[in-house]
Amino acid sequence: MCGVMLDPLFDTHREVRALAREVAQAEIAPRAEGWNARREVPLDAIAQLAELGLLGVTAPEEYGGAGLDVTALCVVVEEIARADVGVSVAIAAHSGLTVGPIVRFGTAEQREQLLPDLASGRRLGAYALSESDAGSDPASMRTTARREDGSWVMDGAKMWITNGGFADLFVVFARTGETGPRGISAFIAERGPGLNVGREIPKMGLHSSSTVELAFDGLRLDADRLLGEEGGGLAIALSTLDSGRIVVAAQACGIAGAALELSVEYASERSAFGGPIGRFQGVQFPLADIAARLDAARLLTLHAASLADAGLPHSAPGAKAKLVSSRLAVDAADVAVQTLGGYGYSAEFPAERLYRDAKITEIYEGTSQIQRLVIARDLLGDAARGGT
Amino acid sequence: MKIAVCAKEVPDTTAEKRIDPDTGRLDRESGDKMLNEFDKYAVEQAIRLKEAGAAEEVVLVSMGPAKATDSLRQGLAMGADGLLLVSDDGLAGSDYLGTARALAKALEDVGAELVLFGAESTDGRGGVMAAAVGELMQRVWVTSANTLAVEGGNATVDRQTDEGVDTVTFALPAVVSVTKAINEPRYPSLKGIMGAKKKPQEVKGAGDLGIEGAGEAGAGTKVLGIETPPPRETGVKVKDEGDGAQQILDFLIEKKIL
Ligand SMILES: Cc1cc2nc3c(=O)[nH]c(=O)nc-3n(C[C@H](O)[C@H](O)[C@H](O)COP(=O)(O)OP(=O)(O)OC[C@H]3O[C@@H](n4cnc5c(N)ncnc54)[C@H](O)[C@@H]3O)c2cc1C
Repeated sequence: MCGVMLDPLFDTHREVRALAREVAQAEIAPRAEGWNARREVPLDAIAQLAELGLLGVTAPEEYGGAGLDVTALCVVVEEIARADVGVSVAIAAHSGLTVGPIVRFGTAEQREQLLPDLASGRRLGAYALSESDAGSDPASMRTTARREDGSWVMDGAKMWITNGGFADLFVVFARTGETGPRGISAFIAERGPGLNVGREIPKMGLHSSSTVELAFDGLRLDADRLLGEEGGGLAIALSTLDSGRIVVAAQACGIAGAALELSVEYASERSAFGGPIGRFQGVQFPLADIAARLDAARLLTLHAASLADAGLPHSAPGAKAKLVSSRLAVDAADVAVQTLGGYGYSAEFPAERLYRDAKITEIYEGTSQIQRLVIARDLLGDAARGGT
Repeated sequence: MKIAVCAKEVPDTTAEKRIDPDTGRLDRESGDKMLNEFDKYAVEQAIRLKEAGAAEEVVLVSMGPAKATDSLRQGLAMGADGLLLVSDDGLAGSDYLGTARALAKALEDVGAELVLFGAESTDGRGGVMAAAVGELMQRVWVTSANTLAVEGGNATVDRQTDEGVDTVTFALPAVVSVTKAINEPRYPSLKGIMGAKKKPQEVKGAGDLGIEGAGEAGAGTKVLGIETPPPRETGVKVKDEGDGAQQILDFLIEKKIL
């Protein structure tokens, strides 16, 4: 479609992308419409991705993963998102948000015990930070874990937990001490008694993704289920989101790419007033804008990912990538619906689904306001907090 | 037993192909590349034979630019064990016969009892390579295999013909080309992709293998010019008002078809 594609990737990442693209287009894209219409989470498709190793992208090789980096995860998530956004968030929540913190903060025993099954996709993971009254401000969470006879007892509830309907393993954050950011700890909880998985939350889009409430009713956790230091939970949560945001940015680029492809195809084929609608500047210019912004967003996303992979600070770059890419996804989906006209608004055509799916990228893993907050703090330092 | 699979890097089938107007050759430098789709079936069949214990080793053999290893690695990622690429500036411009001569020499070097080909390449579409190489190597060659089984030094294939299906059994060594009906090629796994980099990938020149009669100099054919075919004209519409058959007949006679 666009001639030579912008391609700053190197060998391994290109090969990973080729695999992800082939599988996404052959196995996921043709079935996405049906899954979303039936509000079905395609566990069989996720299992197939697992078999190909695509759930273990970032897990170290010694635990059966591919030992690749954030860039590779971005490449995979972008390609899957092009085909089905819901499946792409399942991978992002599993690999980025569950495997990620266990790799970085787990003890040798925890890594040994948990990572092989997560890397192979035999067990699937979820990340439980948000609560009904604490999303942007997780430090105000109410879920607690208290010590009792050498173990932990957890009470409370979490909200909007991706993969929650089927996950075997949850990285959960709970208050273990004083109020405020230093009183929070991270835990690894398993599906079972005391961890109640609630209903599927009805949503605007992302209908092939599971999003549930969780309730902890005196859930007992052995002492070795603490992830990282006691009181270090919020730092774990935020640093996990620092790289998670880059993956959401990649997902947004996937949505924008799918929307653009659809629009270009339709503009070349649809006739009005005696020729293809693509000859009207009114149709062309929105596509040109999206194409330019997509190249920019993808480069920004890969830039943020490469900083993360090099172990360099990537909090603000990741926030910028997500801010820009998520707005692009929403705008690109809007352009697609507009370009396709009546077909764009019709539910049997993918533009309508992209339009509903795109919006989530401006909300989860930090709303766009929160991304601006992160960027502003990076710019202004203490002054952004009202200090001098 | 060792199986060699001849595989080729081709331009991405979804991208526009460009013919260099100066040389009359396909531009193999620019644009995305991929492993020839048809060859994946041959690679898959070889890996299956290995998995079933009928072979110990699967080697990919190819001729092309040095960068072609990038595409051929997909075959390694699927499960082939190694790769021999014949690459030499002097081989550019080889025609079918020159290519077959180069591949035959490379295959002698590899020394595989069974040589597999895909049905054709998505760029050249000649579909002659298996037969040409088979002849040059003075081996039994069988094309269009819908199935392929190997047992005790013999191979059996069901081969597609215009009339039906022939079942042929022959003694190895042999050269076989397979159709897309033979299997469903697997995706390479992520681990396969990572592992492929560590597998042996040898590049040899024409001199290393004693290849002669290939390249532009050895070509028996020459591209004199290239033209895009003229756009198809819209046909004649025949409206049947009782004389439809006569109109068609007149038309065919006028075009000297009848
Ligand atoms: C489909 C879906 C999947 C999700 N998956 C997960 C998951 O797997 N795990 C998980 O833990 N959570 C998940 N979430 C939760 C998500 O991360 C939160 O919804 C998000 O962080 C926003 O929190 P909130 O909904 O409480 O909004 P609020 O924090 O209440 O925000 C409401 C509005 O106020 C704005 N706002 C808040 N604070 C500020 C400020 N300081 N300055 C300016 N504006 C501000 C926000 O930007 C927003 O516009 C998911 C949500 C959805 C919808």
